Amino acid sequence: MIEINGVSLAYDVTNILSDISVTIPKGGVTALIGPNGAGKSSLLALVARLQPLQSGAITMDGLSVASTPGKVLAKKMAILRQDNHLGSRLTVRELVGFGRFPHSRGHLTAEDRKVVDEALMLFDLDDLSGRFLETLSGGQRQRALVAMAYCQDTDYLLLDEPLNNLDMYFARDLMRSLRRIADERGKTIVIVLHDINYAGTFADRILAMRNGRIVADGRPDELITTDMLNTIYGFEIPVTTIDGRPVALPFR
Amino acid sequence: MIDRRLIILTLLAAVCAIAFLTLGLRGNLGFVLTLRATKLAALIEVGIAIAVSTVVFQTVTANRILTPSIMGIDALYLFAQILLVLILGGLAYATLDASLKFAIGIAALMILSCVLILPMLRGRLDMGLMLLAGVVLGVLFRSLHSLIARILDPNDFAVVQGMSYVNFNDVNTGLLALASLMTLCALVLVWRARHILDVVALGRDAAIGLGIDWTKTQVGCLLLVSVLVAVSTALVGPAAFLGLLFVALAERVVQSRRHALLIPAAALIAVIVLVGGQTLFQHALGNSSTLGVVIEFAGGIVFLILLWRGSRR
Repeated sequence: MIEINGVSLAYDVTNILSDISVTIPKGGVTALIGPNGAGKSSLLALVARLQPLQSGAITMDGLSVASTPGKVLAKKMAILRQDNHLGSRLTVRELVGFGRFPHSRGHLTAEDRKVVDEALMLFDLDDLSGRFLETLSGGQRQRALVAMAYCQDTDYLLLDEPLNNLDMYFARDLMRSLRRIADERGKTIVIVLHDINYAGTFADRILAMRNGRIVADGRPDELITTDMLNTIYGFEIPVTTIDGRPVALPFR
Repeated sequence: MIDRRLIILTLLAAVCAIAFLTLGLRGNLGFVLTLRATKLAALIEVGIAIAVSTVVFQTVTANRILTPSIMGIDALYLFAQILLVLILGGLAYATLDASLKFAIGIAALMILSCVLILPMLRGRLDMGLMLLAGVVLGVLFRSLHSLIARILDPNDFAVVQGMSYVNFNDVNTGLLALASLMTLCALVLVWRARHILDVVALGRDAAIGLGIDWTKTQVGCLLLVSVLVAVSTALVGPAAFLGLLFVALAERVVQSRRHALLIPAAALIAVIVLVGGQTLFQHALGNSSTLGVVIEFAGGIVFLILLWRGSRR
């Protein structure tokens, strides 16, 4: 369970997050949606202790994110951010292997190698495993990064717009894999998404943010309505129902 | 399982060392060999310290064209030397106890490094600001150096000039042992941190995500770098800029930024270039200049070639 309590964040006079309190229960897929600049990535970065907390508290299964040693938290949660500058000359397999670092401190055991192989299979990377990262397309690199986060084998997986650069096939494939990890292995996945329909299809719960606040919180069918989407995004979005699921059509 | 390229580099380094020790042996063998062995040890110590500190520095700063000399360490060393000459006079400086000079050198360099690096722990400085402060201080020390050089007595100035280049010719054996011991301790720490350095190379966010305490790791690595640089600078003079050449060559050879490979490769290449260069220089060029000048010249050419090849790709 991730408990976020009274968290605010400000740069100079700009408020990025204002007094956010929310609880994300263990298990399942929670989608974080909202317009650009709503504070989704900042919130995720705070949960993942990539930025220091200015006010409020965040705990993960009772462990304070601010004071628990990084080594311990690295076995608890994995984070994938939006922009990753990977300077060094690495192969896909090496990069994915780094996900095992919190467990093996750099000496890969047979067990580690098994997990790496499994992750390469799961994210369709086995053909690419020997390629250098700089020779990959944006989407392939994105998948390698997700595989690395998966390899960390943590209870919590925080993903900031993992569908960036992915084509329809791999976007759906990634969402399906994440859904399966959540269902079969009981992982908790918190994912920032821009495509509301992916959130509607794969998430158990949607948290919507706007201007640094949480403006809506509920099941997909509760949130994907024209009224709610108007509150979140500030414009009229028609919603229709296909196969019993609400589908937003923000195209015209 | 040791990489084949590392074995070849080790063999080359050994050949250089043997050539250095045995080429043109004449006279009292015991005396000459002791002299040469001391010099060889100094070359190896300094080469390894510079190569390894540059690898670590480049990883921590995420910049592959930097060397630790950007922190102003060389400039401070030269400034401290000239200041001592100004205060004591050339003769007194030249006859000053070597260990005292060594101690003053290390103390000055370590104080500067701590002043630059430690504020990062409290978040008062980030890496960019720290480097900028280093560059500015370096310029300051260099300007002060040239100011003093202008007002110095010509005889004293000649003493300073002699100290301004890397000099492997009159290394104090006792100090060499002490310096090697300090370097060895730092090297052990760096080697133990090789996997952590691999993770650091992934960048801040990824490293924190994998459980690295980013600020502490950065500060720790920078302190190790400054120990390595300070010790070898105080021993033989400003040489940190040579690291760029060693690391660039090592990267070409092992085709990897993995520290378990890159650190030994850079260290071995440093030994090959320094010891091999010195041998060549003594026997082929007739000792006509200093090794530092020759290596800088050769390094410049290597870099132009690298740049030229890079631009054609």
